[in-house]
Amino acid sequence: MAAPKIIVIGGGLAGLSAVIKIAEAGGNVDLFSIVPVKRSHSVCAQGGINAAKNLKGEGDTTWQHFDDTIYGGDFLANQTPVKGMCEAAPGIIDLLDRMGVPFNRTPEGLLDFRRFGGTLYNRTAFAGATTGQQLLYALDEQVRRYESEGRVRKFEGWEFLSAILDSKGVARGITAMNLRTMELQAFPADAILLATGGVGALFGKSTNSVVCTGSAQSAIFQQGAYYANGEFIQVHPTCIPGEDKLRLMSESARGEGGRVWVPRQSGDKRPIPQIPAADRWYFLEEWYPKYGNLVPRDVATRAIHKVVYEHHLGIDGQPMVYLDLTHIDRETLDRKLGGILEIYEKFVGVDPHLEPMKIFPGMHYTMGGLWVDNDQMTNVPGIFAAGECEYQYHGANRLGANSLLSCIYGGFHAGPNAMTYAKSLAAQEGDGGAAAELARQTEINSTLMKSDGTENPFRLWRELGSTMTKHATVIRYNKGLQEADEKIVELLDRYNKINLSDRSQWANTSFAFTRQLKNMLELSRCVVRGALLRDESRGAHYKPDFPERIDEQFLKTTKAAFTGSPDGPRIEYEAVDTQFIKPRPRRYDAAK
Amino acid sequence: MATKTVAFEIKRQASPDAPAVWEKFEIEWRPGMNVISAMMEIAANPVTAEGKPTTPIAYDSNCLEEICGSCAMRINGRARMACSALVKNFEQPIKVEPLSKFPLVRDLQVDRSVLFENLKKVKAWVPVDGTYDLGSGPRVFPQDQEVSYPLSNCISCTCCMEVCPQFNDATGFVGAATIAQVKLFNNHPTGKVLKEERLRALAGDGGIQECGFAQNCVEVCPKQIPLTNAISDVGRDVLLQKAKDFLRG
Repeated sequence: MAAPKIIVIGGGLAGLSAVIKIAEAGGNVDLFSIVPVKRSHSVCAQGGINAAKNLKGEGDTTWQHFDDTIYGGDFLANQTPVKGMCEAAPGIIDLLDRMGVPFNRTPEGLLDFRRFGGTLYNRTAFAGATTGQQLLYALDEQVRRYESEGRVRKFEGWEFLSAILDSKGVARGITAMNLRTMELQAFPADAILLATGGVGALFGKSTNSVVCTGSAQSAIFQQGAYYANGEFIQVHPTCIPGEDKLRLMSESARGEGGRVWVPRQSGDKRPIPQIPAADRWYFLEEWYPKYGNLVPRDVATRAIHKVVYEHHLGIDGQPMVYLDLTHIDRETLDRKLGGILEIYEKFVGVDPHLEPMKIFPGMHYTMGGLWVDNDQMTNVPGIFAAGECEYQYHGANRLGANSLLSCIYGGFHAGPNAMTYAKSLAAQEGDGGAAAELARQTEINSTLMKSDGTENPFRLWRELGSTMTKHATVIRYNKGLQEADEKIVELLDRYNKINLSDRSQWANTSFAFTRQLKNMLELSRCVVRGALLRDESRGAHYKPDFPERIDEQFLKTTKAAFTGSPDGPRIEYEAVDTQFIKPRPRRYDAAK
Repeated sequence: MATKTVAFEIKRQASPDAPAVWEKFEIEWRPGMNVISAMMEIAANPVTAEGKPTTPIAYDSNCLEEICGSCAMRINGRARMACSALVKNFEQPIKVEPLSKFPLVRDLQVDRSVLFENLKKVKAWVPVDGTYDLGSGPRVFPQDQEVSYPLSNCISCTCCMEVCPQFNDATGFVGAATIAQVKLFNNHPTGKVLKEERLRALAGDGGIQECGFAQNCVEVCPKQIPLTNAISDVGRDVLLQKAKDFLRG
């Protein structure tokens, strides 16, 4: 029997991890990516990767990591996969170390670890402040090695459009578009694996990269895959607002001792060094004495919101608070945080060694994503998913430095499972539906190319982003969510009157974007409808009108199914696997 | 009061065979704006300074944090990343052009895959036995990590190749970025097992001897990678390797 052919879509940490495992197991891989894989969004991760290696004599264990993750996620994550991830983490760090990731070291030459939010242990391995970049490169290099051996073919500059499903609804390949020639093509495969990352673009500006549109997930969702827990969106407490995006200021800044504060007096005009400690309000340390500045992200984000919008203590009346590193010596800062301080200085023009940074929360991560089973397969046979594009590992809120881990673990898990599946797959009938799917995509493209309405796609996108940011991030009200859903329906209607200012058939980036926009709109409804129906507060999902967590009713995974009707996705609920740790109240103002 | 604007001139080229033309844009000034946010504005309102409708600019970008290496282009004549090009730091009109040493795709997009091919030629990876749990990695002292980490920060933007006088079709020079990766992997306790192969890959035509020591690479590198140090270290190793290979016959 010929070696199975697996198509992996997306070349970030999850995709590359899957590729490596498939190639190692003797499979052949076609790897599709919009950008050269080395430029994937995983490079942006800064702070580190969690693993309970217990190299600091603290008695850390994988069980403790598991408990922190479940508790941090407000008990919404299925416990079996999370337990597996935490147990595998120390081995994953060792592997990355063997691959040459330049992790920071102790004087004895061992791996160094630092503390991150939502835990009391030094559990986060790191490579300066560019851990994601270093991890991605290590995996990219291994994939390049397999590529040079002919096990992997890369299709960089191709955009995934849809799955090819046969008459029984089984995946038999994909259709994709060449982003230079704009040519459409069908590619057969025995299984396909999505590792297509986050959905930041639904919110206009976020910390995500340009390619993080959620378009691929949405396409699969519209072909019958469930989208789970879409309403759980992480807003990172410390971002640098910008014209083109929100730049992340890593949690590691707080992990290394950074303190969040505002002047107690609104409009305090004194230069910062002249504001004595007594006149500075270190509100996180005051409200959460045990965890201090290292409370989980949802908690820190709401606290900053409260200080700015209820106490009206934003710096100079602006929605900003200080993140202060100036009390830490320069040498330590440069060694442990160099990369991120450089980002701040470069993009803001102020030296954070000398002056506290001004930060504000921004959309950062989706805990929700494609529904997958414990083998990482969606409900569509033959379609697997790994990384941020699936929902499995973070529940209602993700802990810092768990994302890199979940990407790699998810890819390591999904790749071999896709191989096992592919080996027992029955032969397809005819072309498996390839010609029909290619015809459907060709039709979509030619209709869009001919569109000559009045709506500019980039402006529609801005409207979507501001609506989503206003109604579906930190604080949510049912009235606002309802408004947001109506707005999306309006935008979907206006989408039909789009004006494509560029109709060329060569490297047409606005055409590609306009195709993604449709998918963004459909996926946004999963976020909004899921949030609307979840009348409780849990993790990142916070409704002042329903401030408590209600386990009896909502300790459930939200599953959205595409209907194609104007009413939007159908929402179903599924019980959560809580077999190891009994849900208990989640609070960070005291020891858990 | 008239709104403050920023003047741009952007070089457009619809395809590799199409003629290049310059288009002018006047964009409303916003605090903190950079070259990328200006191009986003153009996409949302694709009209030139003369009021002529045009198309959104084609350009590569992704992270916008100067870490993915996508948005390298020439801004006021200098190769750099567009995302970190804050408008306030540039003389106007801000002239934006594609990198000149790589095959043009469209507008500001160029094909830089040659770098990834070069990385294959020098086997820029650590040849691990497998991805199973094989125990911890080699010990690395902080002093060694501090040498390798900066080299590992290379974002493959190719600015160092763009500004190198020796990087052209005539020499086939691999460029500074690839040479720095050779140093990185040759210094790794496991990666050094392929050291001889890497050095031989840099020994022939297009190899390290093509370097003319112009030092433009190190000046332009957005990540301040010690490229010229890497070139001299690897250059010495390549010579030693050549001598060894000669003596071995």
